[in-house]
Amino acid sequence: MTGPPREPAARRTAAARIPWRVARLAEVRDETPSARTLVLDVPQWPGHLAGQRVDVRLTAEDGYTARRSYSLAAPTDGARVVLTVQRVADGEVSPYLTQVFAVGDPVEIRGPIGGWFVWRPQDREPVLLVAGGSGIVPLMAMVRARVAAASRAPFRLAYSVRTPGDTYYSEELRHRSRADAGLDVTRIYTRATPPDWPVPPRRLGLAELSTVAWPAEFAPTCYVCGPNSFVESVADMLVALGHDPARVRTERFGPSGR
Amino acid sequence: MGIVSPGFHGRRRSARPHLPPGQYLEKGFPVLSAGPTPRVTRDQWEFVITNEVGRRYRWTWQEFLALPGETPTVDIHCVTQWSKLDTVWQGVSLDVLLADVETSADFAVAYSYGGYTTNLPLDDLLDGRAWVVHRFDGNELDPEHGGPARLLVPHLYFWKSAKWVRGIRLLSEDEPGFWEAAGYHERGDPWLEQRYRGD
Ligand SMILES: Cc1cc2nc3c(=O)[nH]c(=O)nc-3n(C[C@H](O)[C@H](O)[C@H](O)COP(=O)(O)OP(=O)(O)OC[C@H]3O[C@@H](n4cnc5c(N)ncnc54)[C@H](O)[C@@H]3O)c2cc1C
Repeated sequence: MTGPPREPAARRTAAARIPWRVARLAEVRDETPSARTLVLDVPQWPGHLAGQRVDVRLTAEDGYTARRSYSLAAPTDGARVVLTVQRVADGEVSPYLTQVFAVGDPVEIRGPIGGWFVWRPQDREPVLLVAGGSGIVPLMAMVRARVAAASRAPFRLAYSVRTPGDTYYSEELRHRSRADAGLDVTRIYTRATPPDWPVPPRRLGLAELSTVAWPAEFAPTCYVCGPNSFVESVADMLVALGHDPARVRTERFGPSGR
Repeated sequence: MGIVSPGFHGRRRSARPHLPPGQYLEKGFPVLSAGPTPRVTRDQWEFVITNEVGRRYRWTWQEFLALPGETPTVDIHCVTQWSKLDTVWQGVSLDVLLADVETSADFAVAYSYGGYTTNLPLDDLLDGRAWVVHRFDGNELDPEHGGPARLLVPHLYFWKSAKWVRGIRLLSEDEPGFWEAAGYHERGDPWLEQRYRGD
């Protein structure tokens, strides 16, 4: 296969079902005490765009199945597919994926899914990324895709986490934003800050968003991802700041607290 | 059956009474949309049906409320796997709205404030199976859930129930809507698990 999937085919073309494929866990990396990156090997993976996701299906011995969506954390790279999963303490699937699922184990995945919440390397306009918690995952795929494609599109990322210890991809983000004038990273801490942080913990508000975001006149494409309530409030604020609603793309992971 | 995940037992919280395959029961009302919530005031609101030769049939908010209403109690199924049972709505049946519309179209595209679209076979809007609703659970419909008014087509996945609906265009040929163009199924029958194109 060459390159990422094309635009959705025109209507009435024969539509192929997206198949379930067997992936194998090749590598794990702990991002935080409760979030783990899973590197999967998926033979015949068709390729994907930054921002897309997969469905993961688990099957118990008696045939019971559970299925959840997970964003792809890295741009397309042959048969490698990367996810980062946040453990939800009493959840069904995320504790399995972060604690039980072991290198060499198989799992079924289906995708890529989603053709709207995507960034394409040929996109030139400025990009604003706003992440709440694990909502960083598909946005990190965009940051990485920009590097992989040597794109000059200017990126700004606002990343809200509860505490410094909840930050995913911490080193990589620090390193990338230092090395690259085209990528600005702003962190927001809502519960506890690093010791020398200039401001107390707080939620991302209108004033701060207006300094972090590109001015609306620059017509950036905005990608907002995280828990429902976070996405709802950030998207409303962007519209209030004058951004064209058609340029604000959102991906909601589910209820808050997840 | 798929391949077994070693060590996975599942939590099986709820016995699933009457749910389509792959769905779980939800007590809350999750929100799903592709962008910000449009804010539309009722005095600016309109609902327009345009037939395949371009004739327009238009209702203002007041005219819409004056139409004979119904209070459907239905189960809804979202493609993100939650289902909610016995939801109570209030609105106007598409049979009423389409009653005087001259058409021999087979397809419909619902379009919304904010630019969302979704396509449906016209048949799926008829015979007491589809409504434009303006109240949920006895209250005015929240903007987050599609207010002032949304389409309600509960026998299809909920993305077909366009929020903030502004009108319906009737077409002789099918035309993919927003999610349909992005790889979701053209019809979206939850009982057949038609989530993505080709399912
Ligand atoms: C488009 C999309 C992309 C996503 N991408 C990611 C990602 O990249 N990384 C990531 O970590 N997550 C992602 N998610 C979230 C992910 O899909 C799961 O929702 C998450 O992992 C929790 O699943 P779980 O099975 O562990 O928890 P669940 O078992 O689903 O439980 C979640 C919460 O709901 C409660 N709950 C569930 N069912 C019931 C019930 N029947 N009764 C009472 N309470 C219940 C649980 O107590 C728990 O608090 C994404 C979601 C979407 C929609």
